[in-house]
Formats: sequence, structure tokens, C-alpha cells
Amino acid sequence: MRPARKQRLWMAAFIVAGVAVAAALTMTAFQKNLLFFFSPSDVMAGEAPENQSFRLGGLVTAGSLKHLEDGLTVEFIVTDFGHSITVRYSGILPDLFREGQGVVTQGQLGADGIFAADEVLAKHDETYMPPEVADALERSGHPIDEDKSQ
Amino acid sequence: MIPELGHFALILALLVAAVQGVVPLFGAHTRDAAWMAVARPAAYTQLFLVLFAFVALSHAFATQDFSVVYVANNSNSQLPMMYRLSAVWGSHEGSLLLWTLILSLWTAAVARFSKSLPEAFAARVIAVMGLVAVGFMLFMLFTSNPFERHIPALIEGRDLNPLLQDPGLIIHPPMLYIGYVGFAVPFAFAIAALLSGQLDAGWARWSRPWTLVSWSFLTLGIALGSWWAYYELGWGGWWFWDPVENASFMPWLAGTALIHSQAVTEKRGAFRSWTVLLSITAFALSLLGTFLVRSGVLTSVHAFANDPARGLFILVYLLTVIGGALTLYAWRAPRVASPIATTPMSRETFLLINNLFFAVAAATVLLGTLYPLVIDALGLGKISVGPPYFGFMFAILMAPVVALMPAAPYVRWKTDEPGRVAESLWKPLAIAVAIAALLLPLYWSGLSLFLLGGVLGGCWVIVGTLWYVVRRFRTRPPGRFRLLPAGEMGMILAHFGVGIFVLGVTITNTFSVEQDIRLTPGEEYELAGHVFRFETVETLDGPNYTATQGTFLVSRGDDTVAMLYPQKRRYPQGNQMMTEAAIEAGFTRDIYVSLGEPLSDGAWSVRIYYKPFIRWIWLGALFMMAGGFVAAFDKRYRRTRAAAAEHAAPRVVEQGTAPQGA
Repeated sequence: MRPARKQRLWMAAFIVAGVAVAAALTMTAFQKNLLFFFSPSDVMAGEAPENQSFRLGGLVTAGSLKHLEDGLTVEFIVTDFGHSITVRYSGILPDLFREGQGVVTQGQLGADGIFAADEVLAKHDETYMPPEVADALERSGHPIDEDKSQ
Repeated sequence: MIPELGHFALILALLVAAVQGVVPLFGAHTRDAAWMAVARPAAYTQLFLVLFAFVALSHAFATQDFSVVYVANNSNSQLPMMYRLSAVWGSHEGSLLLWTLILSLWTAAVARFSKSLPEAFAARVIAVMGLVAVGFMLFMLFTSNPFERHIPALIEGRDLNPLLQDPGLIIHPPMLYIGYVGFAVPFAFAIAALLSGQLDAGWARWSRPWTLVSWSFLTLGIALGSWWAYYELGWGGWWFWDPVENASFMPWLAGTALIHSQAVTEKRGAFRSWTVLLSITAFALSLLGTFLVRSGVLTSVHAFANDPARGLFILVYLLTVIGGALTLYAWRAPRVASPIATTPMSRETFLLINNLFFAVAAATVLLGTLYPLVIDALGLGKISVGPPYFGFMFAILMAPVVALMPAAPYVRWKTDEPGRVAESLWKPLAIAVAIAALLLPLYWSGLSLFLLGGVLGGCWVIVGTLWYVVRRFRTRPPGRFRLLPAGEMGMILAHFGVGIFVLGVTITNTFSVEQDIRLTPGEEYELAGHVFRFETVETLDGPNYTATQGTFLVSRGDDTVAMLYPQKRRYPQGNQMMTEAAIEAGFTRDIYVSLGEPLSDGAWSVRIYYKPFIRWIWLGALFMMAGGFVAAFDKRYRRTRAAAAEHAAPRVVEQGTAPQGA
């Protein structure tokens, strides 16, 4: 082979090898970090994985927020009106967390049926409904009325 | 009346942009000078009209015209003037108008500073930018008119999202947009080059300064966004791999690859079609970013709009622009393929590796950002990709980049002796290792592969880059002192910034201490060698909010370090709560206190952070930005213009014996 060709071949081989390694790494890291979203009804139907993080979302039941004795751990109930699940979270709730409004939490379901959240996501503004939550409410047969969700 | 004039100006601007997009293109094709001459006046007229519309909207905000729906939705009679004006781009419609305004500013700048380009080429570039503007103006006029009226007028506005009532948010979007939209210029250059079939080194040289300036603004915009998220969102993090952040980061990654590939195309005439492809990709990712953030498909603070018609329009627009550009590329690019006359040990190889890794990094982020949307669109469930995926991938992808980056400038173009390269590199490498080893006791406690790699990598980049400067000055012929060429200085500044950034990221991520605690006024808490004393809580009135303010005395030993006043604000208009963190910023550490919520017995939940070296992250980004700006003002770009004016022939590729800045 002429040197220019040989070199081009090397270049190509190098690029292909690099991309292959990158693709393999990406897929592994990707698989490990996929988070699925479930509504309380999904969880009750046994769809949520055990011993693995996932996202749980719904409406925070009005009047359900409790501070436990240490002052920092809170409990609240997330519902899609079909089913409800108690969520426990240790830390400061985001500014946009409200009773009666949509929330998405991330964590694991404990053996006691309590969802231990390590993150509470409420990044939207006060009138905005997370799309996952709106969808979950619709599936449970209790769609939120239009002017509330917009 | 004035909003109607603004609306009318926008319609006129659309017509002008259509003329600007079509007439010069035909002129360039048929070599008709009169038709080509339409480009520049059209660009200036378009700028005037869009600016008029923008001022009209600003006027509506300043005078509190709540009969305009957009104003009523995003302002309030109690909003301070500063935030009334920045509320112009506080939401969907206005930020599109800002986007369009910036596009016409860039177009006018190209019109003004392209006198030395061949007439047909300049006409094509301006025309392509006109076509991009047509799409955005159609989008605005048909789905997102900022001048829409509500009759009768509302008595009071709804208020600007309190998160956006912050000085950081006044400047973050414009800077980011200048960067985003600026990639329209290399895009237009690439399309013009494909249309004309002329893709010589001269083309890359014309396109380069524009790319550098856009990239610098984008760097600044992203850094401002990160800084804002850090102090305003109240979580104390500097990057969350939120889809909205990713949307701005993808064009940055593609842009970084583009800057480096343009260097090869300009200096060596190689990588031509790859540079064209990257120019298209960078702008395509900018458009995609706009689509992701503005169509409401993302669950995020930025996704204000929730209108499927808009999403559909942007999707069609994206497909037209990107699909059209790629089709043109597939048709024309084979003609411009450049021979590679180089050996593996050459600067070209190093820049190729740079491009490979940055392209893969951009693809990685794209996958993690789009995959959940695709799965959702296919009805396969709601998923999201956790930040650890991005973090892990970046640590792996950027490690080789950091390892090779300081070495690249030492290597000659075309071919070099491995022995010579090793000879010039072993000293800085030894110094970097020695520094990292000497500092070991300081970071021993948090030792991990990530930390060791980061500290070593950061030291290596900084020492390697500084050593290069020293060597450059030493090997210059004696005589009067002269600065290095601006292009090379820019490269040095930016690479130095990467070193600072790497150190900042590694140290912050390893040694940050974060604590949520319960405190009653009068109590103390110790964290990272500092004592935080919660003194008092009081109530204050702001211009459009009421605040509960805590007072914290932070001390270390017997010294007072800072008095901090975190606030919890309530904005009554929208009944929204906002946490205003109090931060004592320092070169080697930040102390961060924010108030959670009131608990029983007068106690509060309080969040205390100790963040070493976090400022280095933004400092590094500022160095990168400065590097881009400095490099854009290299004399040779101006010289080329003069030369091109005389004879529009392709330039002969320069080859210096001394290493030159890439």
C-alpha cells in the first residue's frame, strides 16, 4: 500500500475504534442512569422496580405535609386520586413545593411502602403542571381542568 | 398605537428579509451585480425595522401598557423599571423577538464588515441569513405575536416570574443568544461556500473570526447561566445537566470542535468538508436548543410556552433548515474533499483527536437529552436520564482532551519528530507532576481517581500552557520586544482557562460540604472549620415583595469572616416564594447560607454550604471567553480581507517553521 493510503486506513481504524469504545461506554452509563416515571397507581399495580431509583409524581394531598421530630424530615402524600403514596424526604423543600399542586420526586420505594425521596423536583412556576403529572392524572381518570393546568 | 406600529414594523421586516433572502441569491447565481447589491441595504433595513419593533415592545413594558397580552403576563405595576425592561425577554414571545433582533444585528455586521469578500460570496452569505430570519419572523407573527392586544386592557399584570427578577437574568439571555445566533454566520458562510463550490483556505479564514466571537459570547452566556443557577435557584450547584442547560451546551461543544477544525482548514487546507459539516451542526444545535427550550416539551423553569402549534412550526422549520443544509452538503461536499498530506505525528492529528472527542461529547449530550423525548413521543413511557450519566461520560471523554491539549501547540504542522516533541514536553510535564505531588497533603483527605486525575490534569494544562509561552519568547529572534500574534495569545488564554476550570470542578466536586440543619436564633453550627451563628430573623419590605431576613455571623477561630443575610421572599402578585441565598464569595472558597422554612418554636431549617474553589469554574470560563475574543482580533484576518479585495484567488497556505497558534 502507498503510505498515504496506509495512513488514511490507520486514521479510519483509529476513529472507528474510538467511536466503538465510546458507544459501548455510553450505552452502559445510559442503561444505569435511566429513570422511569410512575404514578401512585402504577406503583400500586406493581409496575415500579424494587431496589432501584425511579420518579414518582402526582399531586400533593392538601393538609398532608408533616414535619417529623428532627424538624428536617418531612412526609407528604402524593396522589393521582386513584391511589396515594406517602413520601418521606430529608432536607429543605423547594420554593415551589405546595400542597394541592403537582410534584415529581425521585428516590426508592421502601419495604414499608413509603417512598424515600432523595430529590424533590418543583422547578416550574406556580401555575405550571409537570407534563408527567398531568398525564398521570388523566390516566387515573381525574384530569385536571384546563385553566388550572395552564 | 405604538404596539401596532411595532407589529407593522415586524411584518415589514419579514417582507424585507424575504427579499434579502431571495434576490441576492439569484443575483449571485446569474452574476447580476444589481441584484446582488440588494443584500446590504436590505440587511440594514431589516435591522432598523426589527429594532423598531423591539423598542416598541420595550416601550409598552416601560409605560405599563397592560392592554398588550405579553406585557400583562410578564409585568406588574410594582415591578422596578430595570426588570420591566428585562421582562421584554422574560418569556417566549419576547425572547423570540430578541433572537430575531440579534440575528439582524449579526446580519448587519456581516454586511458592514464583508466589503473585502468577493461580491457574489457576500451576497450569498447575507441572503442565507435573511432566509433564517424569514423563518423566525413567520414563527413569531403566526404563533407568538408579542404585540397581541387584550381589549379591554387588564388593570394589573400578572408579574414576572420572581426567579427572573435578578440582575444575572438581565444579561444571561442576551449573551447566550448572541452566541447561539452568531453561529448563523459560519452556517451562512458554509452554505454560501457550498453554493459557490469555493471552499478554499480563504473561506475558513473569513469565517473564523465570526465563529470565535460567537463562541466567546456563548461561553459567557453559559457561564452566566451557571452562576445564576448557583446563587438564585438556592441549591448551590453550578451545573445540573438539565435539558435546558444541555440545549446551550451542545452548540458550545460543536462550536469548540469547529474552532479547532477551522484552524486546520485555514492553515493547512485540510478537513474542509468536515469544517463545513461542523458549521452546519453548530447552528443546527443552536436551533434545536431554541426548539427544546421554547416549545414547552421540557419540564423546566424555562418551558413557559405550552402550545403544540409552536412545536410543530419549529419542527418543520428545523427539518427545512437542517435537512436542506445537509442535502446541499451531501450534494456538494464530495467536490471539496481535501487530500490529507500529513503524518500521524503532526498538529493535524492532535486537532483531529480534539474534534473526535468534542463531536462524541456533543452526541452523548444529544442522546441523553433527546432520548426521553423520543420515548415519550412514541408512547413508550416517561423516563429521564440521570445526571450521573452525563457526569461519568464527561469525565471519561474530557480526560484525553485535557491530557493532549497542552501538548498540541508544541507539535508542528504536517510532520514532526516524536523525539523532538518528547524533548520539549518532558520538562513542563515533570513540573506539573511535581506540583501535583507537592500539593498532595492538601487534598489527601478526599483522594480519588477523579480528584488525582483532575488536579494532575489541571496542573498539566496550566504549566504546559505557560511553559509554551516562555519557550515561544525564548526562541524568538533577539531585538525589540513584541507580543505574540493575537491568534496565539487567544489560544494560550483559553487553554489556561481550561486548566483553571478543571481544577475548580475537581476540587469543588470533591470537597464541597453541604448541610441542611434546624437552627433557632441564638444557636450555632460548625461546618468546615467555620462557626455559623444564627443571630436574628426580621421582616423587610422590598419594592414588590416582603422578605424574612436572617442574620448569620460566620467566624473562624476568633475572626469574623462575614455577616450573611439570607432572605425568604414572598411576591404577593403571583403568591410565589423565592429563596435568596447569602454568599460570601472568595478566591479559594464560597460560604453559602440560605433559609429553608420556618419550623416550630421559632426555629428555621437552614442550608449551609462550604464550596472550595467554586469561583475557579467561572474564572476559567472567563479566560476561555477572553481567549476567543483576543483570537478573533488577529491581524491576519484583516490582512486577508485586504488581500482578498485585490484578487479573489485562493490563498496559498502559509507555512512557518516556528510553531504557530492554532
